[in-house]
Amino acid sequence: MTCYSFDNTLDGLLTAVFEAFALHEQPEMLLSEGDPVPLFCDRLYAVPTDTEKAGRVWKGLEKRLPKNVVKMLAVSFLSEMHELNNPLFQYICKVFRQPEGIEGIERNFADPDILAVTNIARKVNHEQHRMKQFIRFQKAKDGTYLAVISPDHNVLPLVIDHFADRFNDQPWLIYDAKRHYGFYYDGTGEPVRITFADESSVTFNLANGRLNDEVLSDDDQLLQDLWRTYFKAICIRERLNPRKQLQDMPRRYRKYLTELY
Amino acid sequence: MLTERTLEKLRILAESAKYDVSCSSSGTVRGGKKGMVGNTVGGVGICHSFADDGRCISLLKVMLTNHCMFDCAYCVNRRSNDINRATLSVSEIETITMEFYRRNYIEGLFLSSGVVRNPDYTMERLTAIVRDLRLIHRFNGYIHLKAIPGASQELLNEAGRYADRMSVNIEIPKEESLKMLAPEKDHRSVFQPMNLIQQGVLENKEDRKHYRHVPRFVPAGQSTQMIVGATKDSDRDILNMSSMLYGQPSMRRVYYSGYVSVNTFDSRLPVLKQPPLVRENRLYQADWLLRFYHFKVDEIVDDLHPNLDLEIDPKLAWALRHPEAFPVDINTADYEMLLRVPGLGAKSAWLIVNSRRFNRLTTFDLKKMGVVMKKAKYFITCHELGASNLQPLLGINELTPERLRPLLVSKAEQKLAAKEAQLSLEFDPLPAPLKGGE
Repeated sequence: MTCYSFDNTLDGLLTAVFEAFALHEQPEMLLSEGDPVPLFCDRLYAVPTDTEKAGRVWKGLEKRLPKNVVKMLAVSFLSEMHELNNPLFQYICKVFRQPEGIEGIERNFADPDILAVTNIARKVNHEQHRMKQFIRFQKAKDGTYLAVISPDHNVLPLVIDHFADRFNDQPWLIYDAKRHYGFYYDGTGEPVRITFADESSVTFNLANGRLNDEVLSDDDQLLQDLWRTYFKAICIRERLNPRKQLQDMPRRYRKYLTELY
Repeated sequence: MLTERTLEKLRILAESAKYDVSCSSSGTVRGGKKGMVGNTVGGVGICHSFADDGRCISLLKVMLTNHCMFDCAYCVNRRSNDINRATLSVSEIETITMEFYRRNYIEGLFLSSGVVRNPDYTMERLTAIVRDLRLIHRFNGYIHLKAIPGASQELLNEAGRYADRMSVNIEIPKEESLKMLAPEKDHRSVFQPMNLIQQGVLENKEDRKHYRHVPRFVPAGQSTQMIVGATKDSDRDILNMSSMLYGQPSMRRVYYSGYVSVNTFDSRLPVLKQPPLVRENRLYQADWLLRFYHFKVDEIVDDLHPNLDLEIDPKLAWALRHPEAFPVDINTADYEMLLRVPGLGAKSAWLIVNSRRFNRLTTFDLKKMGVVMKKAKYFITCHELGASNLQPLLGINELTPERLRPLLVSKAEQKLAAKEAQLSLEFDPLPAPLKGGE
């Protein structure tokens, strides 16, 4: 059995597809770097990532698949899930191997690889929607609005456009505490990707996303109280339904929610 | 400015507004604009939080005031009710909306009000707030505004230019029941503003064909709500009303609100220990069948079954009444027919229609796709190995609907339904004068 291994980047995966076609072989398995090699592997090829080859594969995909499906493939990779590698690799190979004239392979959900990739992409999309729901800003003294998140998948790039469109006249910073990067928007230009050289010196608490008291703007505490009051008042006590609430607002997102402090 | 007193007022007015169930913030897509705050998204709306009762919080749902000159029996804010009354100032509402929005707490504002002095006076104040929000605060997010019955056309027309959605609540589906609970109101007073809004929407549509830059009028259409369980109206009355309303081009959503006993002293109303949640849920399921599953009202409820079955969902109830329509062949049936299979939703049907172009589907494929087979397996045939003449081993026609039904109702569902049926039995309102002496 032939195995390829790649460096855990999308370019690496696309290069692996390129190599498979260049060498006229179909590896049964795509490993990521550091994975244990399966027992029956008689040839392991560590694919050297080549952005030019990857670009050619990506162009080919854009030619063969509808726009939304190509986007779906990119979205699925943001899941950072280990079990995505193999199905995604096989999926892309299948796209190039399907005969001329047959279209719509991306909709054959009876195929396990296509189904797996589609489902993972759906998960990522679900979580980016949750970020749009559950991101909570606090206003700092200098007028910047800050939100901290730590999503399961790397969804921050997917929601930046939404927030840049919505809050285009206020400076804000959304920081992914799990992946140690964020996007800052200064109120006029484009959001830029930022990282902190020293995370321990920031003026907010990374564990619960709260701004330190000395930098929190003056009216923010009252507004938070108003929001908490509203949150309690809007509930109809005769209809309590904690199960539904938990389903729609899972525990892992709650630590950053202002109304649940 | 906002003070501690605002906190108390917001609490009172949110509690007064919470029985209005409308929550959606969808129906209109409007991108952000330079110099304005906010945008609206289409498709699935964004729910920012979920209260302890499991209902979503998407808009800041609040009343301008809960003083009201009317005395409608079903309403918590009726004149004769002894509750705390408050009024938020215009600037308070505007500041709270803007500041909440900037912190991503809400999608926008849902503003309603009790009627004070006269309808025009109240509507004018509501309109002033949405006008300020749009023109002074440059707010570009979602606004849902209640139309006050009896307000003049000019005011509604102005409000409609700033609001995304407007609504008037029908509350009670049958006029005689409404007359009993709210003698000061009739259906005409509800339908009149509804028609005015509709007229505005249609005229605006026509105008936009001729001039490109006409501002949009109530782009997200109208919604309304009906209270369930406050009167003896059957589900058939309710669903007929809904279906009639959906026939109007500007009506987007009808909400159903299980009656919560807010006025226990009024003998015209039932005293419910608990709102009729199962019935409300079944009504929403029926509503979905009307809107997304190509069902007609008389297929869901008829003379023999004027009320929905509490134990099973309306689609399953239809299927059990129509065994002749099954089994459905997954590999050849129309999309419309797939939608009628209990357990198959729009998503599963879409997956099936797409995938069967490539290979014939088996039960195994369906399961992998995530189709829930618990109910569906009795109503479908698939491409199984060598089973063309055996299949379905146990379908609805082999089992007969009577024997199939108990297999599909869980103990828990049965219990809930029985509990609620009990509630509605206790409710047998006598004419008010007879009960008056108690």
